[in-house]
Amino acid sequence: MELNQLTIHELHALIKKREVSSTQIIESVFRQIDAVEKDVHAYVNLMKEYAFAEAARADKCIKEGNIKPLTGIPIALKDILCTKGILTTCGSRILHNYIPPYDATVVEKLREAGAVFTGKVNMDEFAMGSSTETSYFGITRNPWDLERIPGGSSGGSAAAVAADECIASLGSDTGGSIRQPAALCGIVGMKPTYGRVSRFGLIAFASSLDQIGPFTKDVEDCALMMNVIAGYDPLDSTSVPLDVPDYTEFLTRGVDGWTVGIPKEYFIEGIDPEVMEAMKRTITVFERIGVKCVEISLPHTEYCLAVYYIIAPAEASSNLARYDGVKYGFRAQEARDLLEMYKKTRSAGFGAEVKRRIMIGTYALSSGYYDAYYKKASQVRGLVKRDFEEAFTRCDVILTPTSPTPAFTIGEKMDDPLQMYLSDIFTISANLAGIPGISVPCGFTRGGLPIGAQFLAGHFEEGKLIQMASAYEKNANLEKRRPNLSLWSTNRS
Amino acid sequence: MWEKQELKITKSEVEYVAHLARLDFSEEEKEKFTFQLNNILMYVDKLNQVDTTGIEPVSHAIALNNAFREDLVKESLNPELSLVNAPEARGPFFRVPKVIE
Repeated sequence: MELNQLTIHELHALIKKREVSSTQIIESVFRQIDAVEKDVHAYVNLMKEYAFAEAARADKCIKEGNIKPLTGIPIALKDILCTKGILTTCGSRILHNYIPPYDATVVEKLREAGAVFTGKVNMDEFAMGSSTETSYFGITRNPWDLERIPGGSSGGSAAAVAADECIASLGSDTGGSIRQPAALCGIVGMKPTYGRVSRFGLIAFASSLDQIGPFTKDVEDCALMMNVIAGYDPLDSTSVPLDVPDYTEFLTRGVDGWTVGIPKEYFIEGIDPEVMEAMKRTITVFERIGVKCVEISLPHTEYCLAVYYIIAPAEASSNLARYDGVKYGFRAQEARDLLEMYKKTRSAGFGAEVKRRIMIGTYALSSGYYDAYYKKASQVRGLVKRDFEEAFTRCDVILTPTSPTPAFTIGEKMDDPLQMYLSDIFTISANLAGIPGISVPCGFTRGGLPIGAQFLAGHFEEGKLIQMASAYEKNANLEKRRPNLSLWSTNRS
Repeated sequence: MWEKQELKITKSEVEYVAHLARLDFSEEEKEKFTFQLNNILMYVDKLNQVDTTGIEPVSHAIALNNAFREDLVKESLNPELSLVNAPEARGPFFRVPKVIE
C-alpha cells in the first residue's frame, strides 16, 4: 500500500513512530497527482513547491518532537477558501486572478495543526451546481468512472480524496455540496451545524446556508478534521460560542439502544433501485447491532427544493453584487461609463448558472414579488425546521439516501436546471434547518459506482453523527475497494 | 408545457431584472432565460399549497442575537494591500470609468 492511500490516523501513527517522514508522504501524493491528474482534473491550482517546503518544515518539527494532530498531512482546499498570497478563483472567470490578502479561519487552523496544503481544488462556479461542470477551469471527472461527474459543488475536494491525490480535503456545503460529492465518490463528507465552523474567508454564496466541512477516507479522519476546524470565531458573527467536544471520543461509544428515524417522505419514486437496495441493507446492519429503526415523518419535505431555490439565489444575488470590476478580479475593457463597465464585467465574468441564479434571486427580491417568494419561502423554511425538531423527539438520528442516484454521466443534466437541482433533493433540508449531516459509503452499484447513506442529527450533535457513522462503518463489512485509475488511463489512450 | 399556462415572467421582465442585476444578455440568451426562469418559477409555485398563516419567517436557522464586540481600534488591511487586486488603481484610489458627464 502506498502512503498516499493511507488515512490521517494511519499516517499520524507512522509519523509518531518516526517510520515515515512528511516528505515521503508528500512525494507519494505528488507521484499520484502526476499519474492521474490528467484524467481526473481535481485541482485548479497545484502548490507543489510550497507543499514540499512545508513538508520539510514539518519534518523538522517531527524531529524536534513537536507533532500536532495534522503534522505532515497533505490536505487539499476547495478554491472557495481564501488563502493568503495564493490564487483563489471560486471556479469563476470573475475571480480568475484574485489573490486574497488574508487566510480563511479554517485555513489558519489547519496550518496551525500542522497540515501541508497540496493545492486548491475544483468546484462549480461560486459553488452553484451539483456536478462540478460549471467551473470556468474545466470539469472534474469521477475517479470511479471517468465518463461520470464527481458530484458538486465540491467535486474537486471529493475526487482528490477518492483518487488518493491528497489525504483529506475541505469543501463547503450550501445545499449538499459536501455530502453529495462524498457519496458519489465513495468517501466520508460532513456538513457541520450552521455556526459550528467559522465562515470567515469562505467566499459567500448563500450566507444563511453555507458551512465548511471535511472530506475524509473514513469516519475517524472526519472526527480528527472536525477537532481542528470547529469552534467559535469572533471574525464570523454567525459562529456560535459553544464548547467543542473531542469528536474522537465518540468513535468507540457504540449505539446499542439508539433509535434511527426513517423519514417516509424520502423513500419516494425516482430513487434509483440500487440506492434503495443499499438503504435496505443499511437498515439491516442497524437492526443487527441493536439499533431500533422507526418510521418518522417530515411533512414539508416536498417543499424543501422550492424553498431552497428561492432563498439561496436571493442571498446569492445580494452576495454577488460585490463583483463589479472595481476592487478585484476581472474587469471588461472598453466601457464608456461606470454602469456599462459593471454590466460588461458581470456578463462576461459570470457563467450561465451563476447568472441564472442571480436572475432568480433578483426577481424574487424585487419590488412586488418579495412577499410572494422570499417571505413565503422563509415561512416554509420555519415549518421545515419545526419538522426536524419534532422528528428528533422520536429518534437519535435520521437516515436517508444522500443522493437519489449514483453519479450521472457528464453533460447529462446540463441543459435542464431543474433536473440538476433535483440531485440535491435529500441534502437541502439540513441546510434549511441548519442541522449537521454526514454522508458515509454504504456499498456499490452492480456497475461499480459508490452509494452514500446520509445521517442527520439535531443542532450541534456532530458527535452523535460520528458515533453512529463509526458504528455503521465498523459493522457494515463493506467491501474495501478503490478506483482503478490505471485501467482508465490505458483504455482512454 | 409552460406555453399553455400563464407566463410567470415575460421577456421584457427578464430585461428589467437583468438591468437590476447589472447583467446584459443577447437576444438568444433572453429567450433561453425566459423559458428556464418560467420553469423554475412554476416549480416554486408549489409553495402556495402550504398554509403559512401566522408562521414567522426564518432567515437564520440558529437563533442568534446581535454579536457584540469591544469597540477597539485594531489593525486593518493597509491601503496598499487593499489595492493589490484592483484592475486599475491610481495612488491610494480605485480607478473607474467616468461617472459624471
